[in-house]
Amino acid sequence: MSTLTQILRTTGLAAAVAVMSTAAHAQTVEVPFYFPVAVGGPITKLIDQYATEFSKEHPSIKVTPIYAGTYQETIVKALTAHKSGTPPVTSVLLSTDMFTLIDEDAIVPIDGFVKTDADRAWLKSFFPAFMTNSQTDGKTWGVPFQRSTVVLYWNKEAFKEAGLDPNKPPTTWDEQIEFAKKLTKRDASGNVTQWGMQVPSSGFPYWLFQGFTTQAGAELMNQAGDTTFYDKPEVVQALQYWVDLSTKHKVMAPGVIEWGTTPKDFFERKTAMMWTTTGNLTNVRANAKFDFGVAMLPAGKRLGSPTGGGNFYIFKKSTPAQQEAAATFIKWITTPERAAQWGIDTGYVAVRPDSWETPAMKKYVEGFPAAAVARDQLPHAVAELSTHENQRVTKALNDGLQAALTGAKTPEQAMKDAQAEAARILRPYKK
Amino acid sequence: MRRIDVHVHGWLLLLPAIAFLALFTHWPAVATLVDSFYSTPRGSRPARFIGTDNYAVMLDDPVFWQSVVNNLWFALGTIPVSIALAMVMALWVNDRLAGRTWLRTAFFTPTVLPMIAVANIWLFFYTPQYGLLEQVTGLFGLPSHNWLGSRDTALACVILVAIWKEAGFFMIFYLAALQQIPPSLAEAAALEGASRHYYLRRVVLPLLMPTTMFVLINAVINSFRLVDHIIVMTRGGPDNVTSLLLFYIYEVGFKFWDTSYAAALTMVLVVVLGLVALAQYAFLEKRTHYQ
Repeated sequence: MSTLTQILRTTGLAAAVAVMSTAAHAQTVEVPFYFPVAVGGPITKLIDQYATEFSKEHPSIKVTPIYAGTYQETIVKALTAHKSGTPPVTSVLLSTDMFTLIDEDAIVPIDGFVKTDADRAWLKSFFPAFMTNSQTDGKTWGVPFQRSTVVLYWNKEAFKEAGLDPNKPPTTWDEQIEFAKKLTKRDASGNVTQWGMQVPSSGFPYWLFQGFTTQAGAELMNQAGDTTFYDKPEVVQALQYWVDLSTKHKVMAPGVIEWGTTPKDFFERKTAMMWTTTGNLTNVRANAKFDFGVAMLPAGKRLGSPTGGGNFYIFKKSTPAQQEAAATFIKWITTPERAAQWGIDTGYVAVRPDSWETPAMKKYVEGFPAAAVARDQLPHAVAELSTHENQRVTKALNDGLQAALTGAKTPEQAMKDAQAEAARILRPYKK
Repeated sequence: MRRIDVHVHGWLLLLPAIAFLALFTHWPAVATLVDSFYSTPRGSRPARFIGTDNYAVMLDDPVFWQSVVNNLWFALGTIPVSIALAMVMALWVNDRLAGRTWLRTAFFTPTVLPMIAVANIWLFFYTPQYGLLEQVTGLFGLPSHNWLGSRDTALACVILVAIWKEAGFFMIFYLAALQQIPPSLAEAAALEGASRHYYLRRVVLPLLMPTTMFVLINAVINSFRLVDHIIVMTRGGPDNVTSLLLFYIYEVGFKFWDTSYAAALTMVLVVVLGLVALAQYAFLEKRTHYQ
């Protein structure tokens, strides 16, 4: 029922947009633009402002932002519209949706809109860590926009109470356990009143798991997106470490930990440290009633975190003029100044190094150094898990992770099963 | 000639309804059936006829079977309890007690609240350590438990939310049915010296049977098409223990974009629900007394 209404709404919307664009002046190019909202803050208002400002500077182009729900809902709407023949001209979707969009023949490479030297410089200006999820087969398919990494937040007051230096977060796997043990508080009857740490495992456990695997020195997939390495010894070792946090060391709540309530657990002092997206920075800053710190994730064999978040894509089933107009808009919104402002307003990582050199960003980081942590972590960041049949291949891993975390399977068995399932799904895509 | 006119006239009157029924009910069902025999079209690969391959895949699909089993437990857990609860609540607020309007509203509230928002609230009820449930169990000194995150309790927690939502809705039907029962029956029973309990068992419950049947069919259908709580509260996790059929169909169709497999799964759901409804009509109809 709900999916049906969604489809009807989307097609209705697409039809309305089509009618509007034919009715408009021949010179004005209409660019319907779907965007999701995935973190707190007045995202819709900000996007509308950008569109108005852009149209002022480019009177011949009319960008129409359309709020489309969560990332998941936005891609459902965009792909449904694509199948009905009238997709948005551009859309912000997960960087990991790249292979899905390519396989559906829904998007065009960005390279076609890169013609001048200035354009080439623009495409090279983004953090390389973000581009790994935008490129495959020698082509660039997405432009980084609202990107993130996983970071560690810690409660400085809790550190003080536990006799730890409030300004020194754990930097290694061993320290993380050692600190977390000191931070775990139990009452007289042995019930935990404050956990040492929390790594959420609902929704997209693979993303946080990629923190552990990267630190263990493992990669989960290849750049071509047709092979996964879920059963590598390093991956099993990473999962063992995660499982041990609750079963062996008893510093994290057992079972699956909810993504959505984790920041709240942190605010309520139910956990002293948490792993979550840097996109939650503004949220934590507004709601934590204690002094907190933000740090890079602790290192295993090395430092590491996956990147995450959304890219701009340009859809195939729109006119060349519309695609050009969309490219112009994307280039406009990712200038250093705007990328910086977007990062300041939302907590996302500004996507290009030179945006961190702008006066606005420098001033922001000076007053709030935590904002720079995600940027500093980028040199250690890896591409987010993304393959052909992405959702299905990822689900195989998610199921395995949850099975291990709830004690139904050993880490080794869970990863072996997940790998077998992923290999089965990816077989048709092997070249 | 006159007779034909009447028939044409009659069919013309029916035409709008038939057109809508065909367009929005029968055509999608037939299209789904047809799609389930084709492969999923991807941009570069058009759909091709694959016969019953999708159904063969289904037989080997562990998540599908787990969803079926979960769904049976879910139905078993929600239907009897929510119907019994609805009946008890209706009998209670049908009496002339003080504040019954307030009570009726309270019982009905869950039904009118948007379920996504409600599921979010329940998510916090179940939160380990400071959720409502934990506060209560904490009073008795019980250890903290991760309700939605453990395999043993996740499905039960989802069932509880469904009962909480459904019972109030079914209560409305029972309340309407109770008010249809003529007061003269109660007066006659009182004159005959029948106990309250006897009157309830031999008069009220039989007269409520048509409603019970209606509610039962609805309850069965609802229990197989639940998807919103699952998406908000557990997304089928941990490790698929709360994956129900419709949630799995949603996942296959709109996350994996395997639309033809989703179509095949939908056909299974349609057939199962159709059979259940038929069986209910066949068996219960005989036992139902209509006034």
